[in-house]
Amino acid sequence: MLFKTITKSNFKTFVNNIIKENQTIGPVKTGKNAKGKFIYQFEEINDFDEMAIDYNITYSSVKNFFLPYKEKLSTFDFKDGTWHQEIEYTIHPRVIIGLRPYDINGLLKLDKVLMKGKFPFPYYVARRKNTFIIGMDNNPPPGCFAQSLGTDVALHGFDIFLTDIGNKYFMEINSSKAFNLLKNIETKEITGKDQKKFIEEKKRIELLYKTEVDVTGLPSLMDIEFESDVWKKWGDKCLSCGSCAMVCPTCYCYTVKETIDVSLQTASKERMLYSCNLVDFAQVAGGHNFRPSSMSRLKYRFYHQYRGFVESYDEAKCVGCNRCGNACPTDINPVDVIHDLRMEKA
Amino acid sequence: MSYKILEENINIKPFMEKLPDYKRSDTLMRTDKVYQAVITNIVQLTKMEKLFHVQIIDPVETKLFSFLPGQFVMVELPGFGEVPISISSSTTRKGHLGLCIRKAGKVTNMLHKAQINTKIGLRGPFGTHFPMEKMVDHNILLIAGGLGLAPLRAPIFWINEHRSEYKNVSLLYGTKRPEDILFDYQFEMWAKIYNYDIHLIVEEPDKNWKHKTGMITKLFEDITIIPDDTYAIVCGPPVMFKFVCSHLNKIGVPMDRMFVDLERRMHCGMGKCCRCMVGSTFTCEDGPVMDFWTVMNLKEAI
Repeated sequence: MLFKTITKSNFKTFVNNIIKENQTIGPVKTGKNAKGKFIYQFEEINDFDEMAIDYNITYSSVKNFFLPYKEKLSTFDFKDGTWHQEIEYTIHPRVIIGLRPYDINGLLKLDKVLMKGKFPFPYYVARRKNTFIIGMDNNPPPGCFAQSLGTDVALHGFDIFLTDIGNKYFMEINSSKAFNLLKNIETKEITGKDQKKFIEEKKRIELLYKTEVDVTGLPSLMDIEFESDVWKKWGDKCLSCGSCAMVCPTCYCYTVKETIDVSLQTASKERMLYSCNLVDFAQVAGGHNFRPSSMSRLKYRFYHQYRGFVESYDEAKCVGCNRCGNACPTDINPVDVIHDLRMEKA
Repeated sequence: MSYKILEENINIKPFMEKLPDYKRSDTLMRTDKVYQAVITNIVQLTKMEKLFHVQIIDPVETKLFSFLPGQFVMVELPGFGEVPISISSSTTRKGHLGLCIRKAGKVTNMLHKAQINTKIGLRGPFGTHFPMEKMVDHNILLIAGGLGLAPLRAPIFWINEHRSEYKNVSLLYGTKRPEDILFDYQFEMWAKIYNYDIHLIVEEPDKNWKHKTGMITKLFEDITIIPDDTYAIVCGPPVMFKFVCSHLNKIGVPMDRMFVDLERRMHCGMGKCCRCMVGSTFTCEDGPVMDFWTVMNLKEAI
């Protein structure tokens, strides 16, 4: 890792030049919610000033640029009584600006499943390898408990990471692509003063995390409290809408659908993001549903987040952004659910 | 100098000497590629089940394809969908597969309409297998309920081909009605040539039924099990696992010597879609064959 500084005005020029030659995505203020608060989303931008780089949190996570809601896996061409499958994994390079540490950590968790597992997921790999990530640190959004899960700091998984130290940014440079790109613009070596300011800023942000979740022994607790009434309480509230999984930065489950074109010449196979809270998630042929109640599905989602994923990858499948809590129409949020689980036996 | 970010192409072309490995982790990113297979024969077993004999077309793929008893393939019907089906044939017949399929959903309904020479797609094999090597020099107890005999046929073929390696083999098979019995034409061969001890039971007998009536656990009265010298393979509906395995556990068969075959609706077969997740494991990667100890410790498995 290399460290450099860049002035804010130079960074703006840098971004505007990137925009000219690459597809660029950044946080944009898109409107207001019912409570009158601003909503931000990651969207394609044409100018630096379209971005709201001081945003608190985007409604959806950046996951959707790596795992789109709907994506074509392959096509089948029917010809002469047989068929032929076409697969393509090509994605053009693009840049995403303004990712917060918890979102970068979310991508790292997805990498473990979709890039480093026994079977890589080429559609994701193509997107991940062709996405240039510029991360930025900022104050934690309200309700965010990333610190409890250790996802408030990003150590890798980005190309450049910026920390605001007054009139310039402290840059962590983490790829040769980033190094090459930065040759185009004036940057400076870090000084002792920059370093001190960088540490101070990190400390300031660290102290701003107010929401805490006690995750000690949570995986075992999930097993022990599997039959707890807490699940019924929250399960009865759950509408099984799947909003939580849609906005979650680490939820990756999907459904596969195939459709035949009206011409009867081609068929396409599509992947669609799904949610384990949807009623037919665990339904098998013949109609048997392994998780018929909303309670069992809600419980399963939490179980995968804080127990199942831990068993496979030694970490929770949650970055503590609380997007699920913000998106839930019935105010189910992980902080309250975990708190409830802990209180039961206390 | 330019601000253009260079593209990273992941569509790597294989060198001639390095053939793609379809079975496991694939650096060539061809995990979603299906290979064509042609239906060579269709046997109507019962009203709902058909046995499809399929043959992989490409000679290289035929050479690469190998599986172990208990593994499954994803069967692709272009335009209709992909379904996980356990392989129901011998491991030694290169490129030839038997798939016993019940008419149950969109894809299988369409498959049942398929004729000989139809080309389907295959992906796999995926999943874990029955540890046939471990069972050498032990008695084997095969227990099947209903369609559960289909995945059991792969280990049965294996045992038949290596019969001298194993001690006594018993097969307990139960279905709802006599007409639901699958592969009854093979029972006599298995009993006479391969010396199987076969016991049948149905829940709703008709007037021609000569064997026992009741639940499958009733068949335990007819056989003697030596607990510390027996491996059990159990395939069938989840309710059956519970009763059969707890009985075997009670008489002293170690839990890690009972193997069950779990059923879930996989969409990918590669541990990605989460659809087959049970508790904390994927049925497609860590299953479908699991020992009973593991299953017992999974939440909501059975």
